[in-house]
Amino acid sequence: MKKIGVFICHCGINIKDTVDVERLTIELENYPGVAYIENYMFMCSDPGQNHIQDAIRENKLDGVVVAACSPTLHESTFQAVLKESGLNEYQMEIANIREQCSWVHTDIEQATHKAKLIIKTAIEKLKLNESLYPVSAPVTKKALVIGGGISGIQAALDIADAGFEVIMVEKKPSIGGHMIQLSETFPTLDCSQCILTPKMVAINKHKNIKLYVNSEVESIDGYIGNFNVKIKQKALYVDPHKCNLCDDCTEVCPVLVPNEQEEGLSWRKAIYIPFPQAIPATYTLDLENCLGLEPIACGKCREKCTAEAINYDAADMIIEEEVGAVIIATGFDLYPVENIPEYGYGKYPDVITSLQFERILSATGPTGGEIYRPSDGKVPKEIVFVQCSGSRDPEHHLSYCSKICCMYTLKHAKLYKHKVHNGQPYIFYIDIRAGGKLYEEFVQQAVSEEGILYIRGKVAKIYKEGDKMIVVGMDTLSGKKIEIKADLVVLAMGIVPSEGSHDLVKTLKINTDDKGFLSEAHPKLRPVESLQAGFYLAGTSQGPRDIPDSVSQASGAAAKALILLSSDKIYHSPIIASVDEDLCSGCAICVGTCPYGARELNEVSKVVEVNEILCEGCGACISACPSGAAQQKNLTDDQIDNMIQIIASGK
Amino acid sequence: MKLGYFPGCTLKTNAKHFEDSAMQVMELLGQPLEEMENWICCGTVFSMTTDDLMLQLASIRNLLRAENQGYDELVTLCSMCYNTLKRAKEFILNDEENLRKVNDFMYREEAKFKGTTDVVHLLSILKDRITFDEIKNKVTKPLTDLKIGAYYGCLLVRPKELAIDDFEDPTIMEELVDTLGGEGVVFPYRLECCGAYQTVTEKDVTVKRTYEIINSARNAGCEALITSCPLCAFNLDQRQKETSEEFLEFSTMPVFYFTELMAIALGLKWNKDWKKLHYINPVPLLKEKGLI
Amino acid sequence: MSLKITREKIKNSLVDKIEEISGQNVFDCYQCGICSSGCPVTDYMDYSPNQVMRLLQLGSVDEILNSKTIWICSTCLQCSTRCPKGIEVAQVMEALRTINLRQREGTLKPEDIKSKELKDLPPIALVSAFRKLTG
Repeated sequence: MKKIGVFICHCGINIKDTVDVERLTIELENYPGVAYIENYMFMCSDPGQNHIQDAIRENKLDGVVVAACSPTLHESTFQAVLKESGLNEYQMEIANIREQCSWVHTDIEQATHKAKLIIKTAIEKLKLNESLYPVSAPVTKKALVIGGGISGIQAALDIADAGFEVIMVEKKPSIGGHMIQLSETFPTLDCSQCILTPKMVAINKHKNIKLYVNSEVESIDGYIGNFNVKIKQKALYVDPHKCNLCDDCTEVCPVLVPNEQEEGLSWRKAIYIPFPQAIPATYTLDLENCLGLEPIACGKCREKCTAEAINYDAADMIIEEEVGAVIIATGFDLYPVENIPEYGYGKYPDVITSLQFERILSATGPTGGEIYRPSDGKVPKEIVFVQCSGSRDPEHHLSYCSKICCMYTLKHAKLYKHKVHNGQPYIFYIDIRAGGKLYEEFVQQAVSEEGILYIRGKVAKIYKEGDKMIVVGMDTLSGKKIEIKADLVVLAMGIVPSEGSHDLVKTLKINTDDKGFLSEAHPKLRPVESLQAGFYLAGTSQGPRDIPDSVSQASGAAAKALILLSSDKIYHSPIIASVDEDLCSGCAICVGTCPYGARELNEVSKVVEVNEILCEGCGACISACPSGAAQQKNLTDDQIDNMIQIIASGK
Repeated sequence: MKLGYFPGCTLKTNAKHFEDSAMQVMELLGQPLEEMENWICCGTVFSMTTDDLMLQLASIRNLLRAENQGYDELVTLCSMCYNTLKRAKEFILNDEENLRKVNDFMYREEAKFKGTTDVVHLLSILKDRITFDEIKNKVTKPLTDLKIGAYYGCLLVRPKELAIDDFEDPTIMEELVDTLGGEGVVFPYRLECCGAYQTVTEKDVTVKRTYEIINSARNAGCEALITSCPLCAFNLDQRQKETSEEFLEFSTMPVFYFTELMAIALGLKWNKDWKKLHYINPVPLLKEKGLI
Repeated sequence: MSLKITREKIKNSLVDKIEEISGQNVFDCYQCGICSSGCPVTDYMDYSPNQVMRLLQLGSVDEILNSKTIWICSTCLQCSTRCPKGIEVAQVMEALRTINLRQREGTLKPEDIKSKELKDLPPIALVSAFRKLTG
């Protein structure tokens, strides 16, 4: 029989105050298999770990039970102790007598008894534990970055600069994301395009980065370190290598469609360049709006193109790539403004969204950076900003705070004031959230020195009277109802995960929260990793955040991906499923139940095989297997039986 | 499907022209309204207290009687009756204990209240059952060039659970006006309360509300208003007397029940008695537009 | 005058009663103010609807029970419809009126209505006013 050591932790008073550790030590001393037992104040401390090492050496122990906190906290600590002592780390079991016992009980008698049963089950399990060794697999040293906004760009550059290849996939015809649409950035008011375009150029020029625009990820198969990616690239009707950006095609194109880059404030042709600094710098033919590729239908652009860059016969392509890590940076969309009919968007041209106002402010926007309102091109003298449009409203819209609106709205008001000196900006707000470096100062300065008037209260409705927009709100601080005859109203829209993000989540089966944002593996300690191994999260795809936070998170995600890419092999816990080939009938019921695609029927041997890297040890196959052929390593039916017997006996 | 008609207190008095015109219109549309027997006042306002079932009894008693008389649906013309009956029904049916208690209270009634009769507003019947297309076919005297603001007030759209249309952006009444050949004009104050029963204790408040609502309609280009609530009609029409006295620049505007204009458009004869029930005389406008 | 707040005063039995009658949790309110901005009669009130909610959170019920606000409220439900937290503010107002009415303290006494008015007012106005305003 194995010689087992039992180490009971006091966890200061966390365990000791509810569980009588001295009595437990005496009562378990003679339990079959126990060769050594002790209790100590903090088993996880350095002296505590030394106690275990000494006991293993002096008593020639074969295995160890540590009765302490949850294995999520210190399992790896104690596994390392065994390894250092020359034992296999899977000869260690944790008996969780804190979260599952002392913390949830008050009666010392009952808690002590329960702790005893928990420890006994751990001893019984340990008796049949095999020595296991981590599963290993090679790593493809290349990363996929999905999304070409600032987060994707930063992550791609970091990985590429570290010497690894990057595949970047962007849905739109150019990278740049929402940041390229912005005028200036808070709180420094530096030009968004000026700081972003060097990074976009760097993506284009980097020898380690391969960029696919007009492309979407169609599927990702495989597992951490070894993914096979299928990318669907829309037909390249304009050959980027031949296009010389002469603009002749645009001049002859007869089709006008709302320009999405300008948030519908201006028009573009069906063949166009999204914006002057687009990367890649090439024209794009928008098939959805093109009159038709048949020369009979139109064909004007091809006729006109002297560079012969236009090819109507181009077709969609599927590109396959192999990568080791995937970074998801699919960004955000604005909350649908038409969901708030009382604000009159769509009905009144002078009620606009915050992104539309960014374009009006931008030097490259439809008004060349001059502030004119859409209806009649007049300079608005009274301008109202409505914060929390769609945010913080669990009853009708988004339950959460979109985090960026307080600061971007203030930036809007300031930039407006810098251009329309005699104009008056009003900001309706509920709370000002300015918790960032220099953010509070940004607010204070605006209020004291720039004449921006904050009004605390949510706007009830907006309607038109003559050529004015009447904004009906409240100043809860004075208790007065407020009515402003505004020339222009800007709705500070909340943000939601992008449409592309929703599609991708379905394709990749990545976990999201109930709002649709990608879920991190741990909200505090693993914020840039997905629960799905090998996937890392960057930017607003994971939750609302501003540019500095997106960039930090992107670099964080890149660093995590680099840990993986710089390893020659990846290791995986060996606590996974196995198949007893003699018992397996090849019914393959387990194949369908496996959520990770780790089980496959070998058509020759008619026996199911387990992909050890993909298997997460969830146990779904084991409960589904009708013949008992599927077993979890170190959690076999025999072990579970023995543990149940202890619990059932109550002794 | 058997439709019963629930008049309520004011349809037999101050809003007699509402009832008359509705009866005639429905007759012409082939869905005559059959008045339920033995009805009592619905209680006018819905009580929002959770702990006083007595205040729900008047409504529930009416619904119980309608059930016994075999009506699948009970149609109201008055927005307030619609709102109060419907909310009382939802409130009582939502809680078995409440249901048991109200039935206990009503031991003298012939049967138990089960909640099988639906409460429907006439506007929904017109739109969903008869359809506006069908009505359009029967229009003989279109309300050409008549710009009409539909005043919904509160009770057709709030609470949102029983709104007869989108509670923030309804269109049903404007659609009806368009159907009749007029021009339905959306004006900002069409969903804003007229002050309701404050007209008894706080007349000033309702006068100012009337001033704001009528002005809002006028600024949007309306020549007349339509409504389906006798209390709104009182505040918006009769209170224009005080409004004119208080605000000298105020110019008045006729207020109709929507069924009056339907009657005209469908070629029914304008009843001279109806004029007496209006405070602001609508005849000059109707004459100007060649409708009477 | 400053409001003296104690732990007994906050969430006192009268607040509990108001929550019971209205079926609402006054602590759901985060003071966005949309109840007041949408209210058509805020201008005639001594406390705006969001201030009523705030005073209830502070346990200061007497102040509101004696306010004009609760009687000016015409239960148009605009506040309830727009509240981002789904609070039925109008039901809170009804509960406040109800507490007064159950002590026979209303604002409308039948004898105060002039006979001329009585002749003009439609039944719908009289019945609803008596129901809402008479104890």
